[in-house]
Amino acid sequence: MIKPDRIVTTTCPYCGVGCNLQLHVKDEHIFKVNSPFDSPVNHGNLCVKGRFGYDYVYHPKRVTTPLMRRYLLEGKPRPEIREQRFEISSANGQPISNPPVSSLSDWLETDWNTALNVIADNLVRIYKRDGSDAMAVYACAKATNEDNYLLQKMYRAIFRTNNVDHCTRLCHAGSVVALQQATGSSAMSNTASQVIQNDVFIVTGSNTGENHPIIALQMKEAVRKYGAKMIVIDPRRIDLVDFAEMWLPLKPGTNVPVFSAMAQVIVKEDLINGEFIQNRTEGFNDFIESLDKFTPEYAEGISGVPAEDIRKAARMYANAEKAAIYWGMGISQLSHGTASALALINLAFLTGHIGRDGTGLNPLRGQNNVQGASDMGCMPFHYPGYMRVDDEDNAAKWEKTWNIESGGLSRKLGLTTTEILSQAHEGGIRALYIMGENPMMSEPNLNETRKHMQQLEFLVAQDIFMNESGAFADVFLPATPFAEKDGTFSNTDRRVQRVRAAHAPRGKSRVDWQIICDLAQRLESRLGVDSAYWKYSNPEEILREMGSVNSDYAGITYERIDKVGLIYPVPDMSHPGTPTLFKESFPRGRGKFHPLDYVRVMEEPSDEYPFILTTGRVLEHWHGGTMTRNSSLNEAYPEARVEIHPADAEIHGIRNGDPVKVQSRRGEVILRVTVTEKTSVGVVFIPFHFAEAAANLLTNDALDPQALIPEFKACAVQVFPARENELPNPDAVLNRGRY
Amino acid sequence: MTISFLMDGKEVIVEENKTLLEVARENGIDIPTICFHEVTTANALCRICVVEVEGQRVLQPACIVKAAAGMKVQTRSEKVIRARKTILEMLSSTMDLSEAPEIQTMMREYGADTSRFPDAERRESDVIDDNPMYIRDYSKCLLCWRCVQVCAEDAQYTFAINFDGRGFETQIGTFFDKTIPETSCVLCGQCVAVCPTGALKPKREYLLEQGMSPQEISVLNTGRKKRKA
Repeated sequence: MIKPDRIVTTTCPYCGVGCNLQLHVKDEHIFKVNSPFDSPVNHGNLCVKGRFGYDYVYHPKRVTTPLMRRYLLEGKPRPEIREQRFEISSANGQPISNPPVSSLSDWLETDWNTALNVIADNLVRIYKRDGSDAMAVYACAKATNEDNYLLQKMYRAIFRTNNVDHCTRLCHAGSVVALQQATGSSAMSNTASQVIQNDVFIVTGSNTGENHPIIALQMKEAVRKYGAKMIVIDPRRIDLVDFAEMWLPLKPGTNVPVFSAMAQVIVKEDLINGEFIQNRTEGFNDFIESLDKFTPEYAEGISGVPAEDIRKAARMYANAEKAAIYWGMGISQLSHGTASALALINLAFLTGHIGRDGTGLNPLRGQNNVQGASDMGCMPFHYPGYMRVDDEDNAAKWEKTWNIESGGLSRKLGLTTTEILSQAHEGGIRALYIMGENPMMSEPNLNETRKHMQQLEFLVAQDIFMNESGAFADVFLPATPFAEKDGTFSNTDRRVQRVRAAHAPRGKSRVDWQIICDLAQRLESRLGVDSAYWKYSNPEEILREMGSVNSDYAGITYERIDKVGLIYPVPDMSHPGTPTLFKESFPRGRGKFHPLDYVRVMEEPSDEYPFILTTGRVLEHWHGGTMTRNSSLNEAYPEARVEIHPADAEIHGIRNGDPVKVQSRRGEVILRVTVTEKTSVGVVFIPFHFAEAAANLLTNDALDPQALIPEFKACAVQVFPARENELPNPDAVLNRGRY
Repeated sequence: MTISFLMDGKEVIVEENKTLLEVARENGIDIPTICFHEVTTANALCRICVVEVEGQRVLQPACIVKAAAGMKVQTRSEKVIRARKTILEMLSSTMDLSEAPEIQTMMREYGADTSRFPDAERRESDVIDDNPMYIRDYSKCLLCWRCVQVCAEDAQYTFAINFDGRGFETQIGTFFDKTIPETSCVLCGQCVAVCPTGALKPKREYLLEQGMSPQEISVLNTGRKKRKA
């Protein structure tokens, strides 16, 4: 029994639920994690990642010294091909003796001063030569609000560019754009804990049990203890189906016809909320005209969901006193992701299931701080607080805050995550700064992404491990994980919570906001410009600067959120927070109905590629795997598997555990099969965490025209038998009984 | 509606439908608990919270018995103290309480004689180390059932573990004695969080206790030995 030296209360670094953690620290190491049973977010419950997945902090592969390529240290030109190099060729300040082959691309350890000067020199050189449009930055939905605010400030204030984006583009951009268009807001309208107040709730495009495990517990509780009825609308037979009243297994990418048919049923059977429609919405007449063709039978023909089930689900949702919709990437990650989310919003407007406790439109945000990074303005169209960059008044406010001459900030919309890399060529993006993202795992069509990475002139990675993207960089800056920094995260239901350091940064690593402040001052002195201010003495000062302009955060201080977080908007110091949005009106005034058309996914099955591949995640891993694959979590789930339905497996003569090659028009991976009814006939599923069988080598980089989010959820593939010795990691044994 | 009754000779007025334990805690009266936990359904398994209720033939477990109008409750009568002391003596003679500081405190408070049952057979078993997240040491298990409950409908709805065996042989187990990874377990560790005796413990904490350094444990994580399939 180990007695902790101290217990540090903080917020989980994994998903958007924002569970409260108590880190038990002994001799400057975390040895145990618990959660307070009175936590309003998770009531003491945690998932495997939150409770046991912190050990990546101590993994020997963590990079804790700044690294530079040999060509930079020796002042030589970079070799023509930018090399993806994972190994580090020096240790403890000394080159490792007898390296296999000494090459100019070797990673060598250096000191902070050298590393930051080289970065500043190169960024300033490129900026002076090619201007703002050559500069771009990826922010980090894992880092704190304070880190992210400063990163976008550095690029906007110093390089005068809005080429700032992060992984929200790859996850909920469709939902954000849809909510902006229809309501003027872009977050969950209600809190996750209100699910126990629902009479009926729809879960769609979300494998909540694995990706928001603690919200899933609350959903199960709502069903078992509070009498709520759950409708699951998802191609996969996820674990929530065991608790559901109905499961509508639609084909991937057929959301719009299914939800629009539900809307038609609600209108035809006069289950609408006329008062809400009249008082709170606009565009109703145009919308009902657009519903004509969306009969349940039409939707059945496209989606495979029986028309009668569509009717029944529509009636259940519409007739409920309080009903809510919870959704995930299955809605947004499509080339018509915005339309899919709008189809859900239309349902809420028809029935008035919005603007009251226990109702709502609730996109479950993926990352611990993807909501916060978006709130902090790490998006190409918005300053912090979703203030459009092309609005004069907004720009003027930030010019004043950042000590910039009038008209100095760029009014031009920046490039999105996907555009930044695809424009990495002469005359386009030349320098990219990546804080904590891993595009070489998370972008679609990775073979293409690789080419773009190689086209960059200068690449900086600020991370904790040498991941697939950092391995392309020129300079690597060792940052700190959640357990070594102070700040705030904003969870999926807009709750701003404290993050607290359990112990000092390991090795020479530094917290992100301090790295940014140090670099920003070096940039300013090289450019000879007035300072936008970087001399913060603590992270709260940063949050207060942001809150002085972004009214959602105006009333948030570290003291007020010391014990329990506050749910923004918190417009002033005495405001108690806003768990339920839109009680009186929508930010845009009236909610706007959107007539929709059915648009097919870009790539449908063919004779050559007869399966639909859909991608997603598993409980034990996190996204590109930078954290979880360097954790004991990797032992719990050591290998990628492709899920295939028993009926398909039989036709193709494939048995559980067999090695197969999965091939799309863009790439191929070799991995083992799990034969399971968790997936539907004609649909195969691969999680995207595993670099050695990266699902995103296969995915389609077709984009939604409005949100520019890629179509991760549907592409066409073929499955071939493969040999045991072709597997990238044949010794890994996944021996799990969990569903 | 409120009701009135006597607890330790003092009149208390409380809302209906409260357990005697809740009433006692609201009134600053200490009733010890072992199997009871604020987040699990009370089942009155350990009986350490028993109290004497006038007119009842046997002692009543305060964690589940509801207060009723006119009740006369003694939380520290001689009979109650003797029962609690005996429970603690029986526990200490059959299991390893070395990592249950709250129970050790109780034993001192009640003057429990650890040698009262010298011939008792001890419940002993090897440490089960079958998954990467936590170990199970059932020689420290007093069958409070909290782990089973949080794995079921008190939290996780996973149903990976349950009582196994009968009588003295009863132990927490998995279906068909499968290893934890092979069961429906999602490795959430809620069971570890509510274990009162250290029978369930994070693997990392266990390895540190075994004398490994944090560095050695981290290396172990990277080059895991292959487990039997």
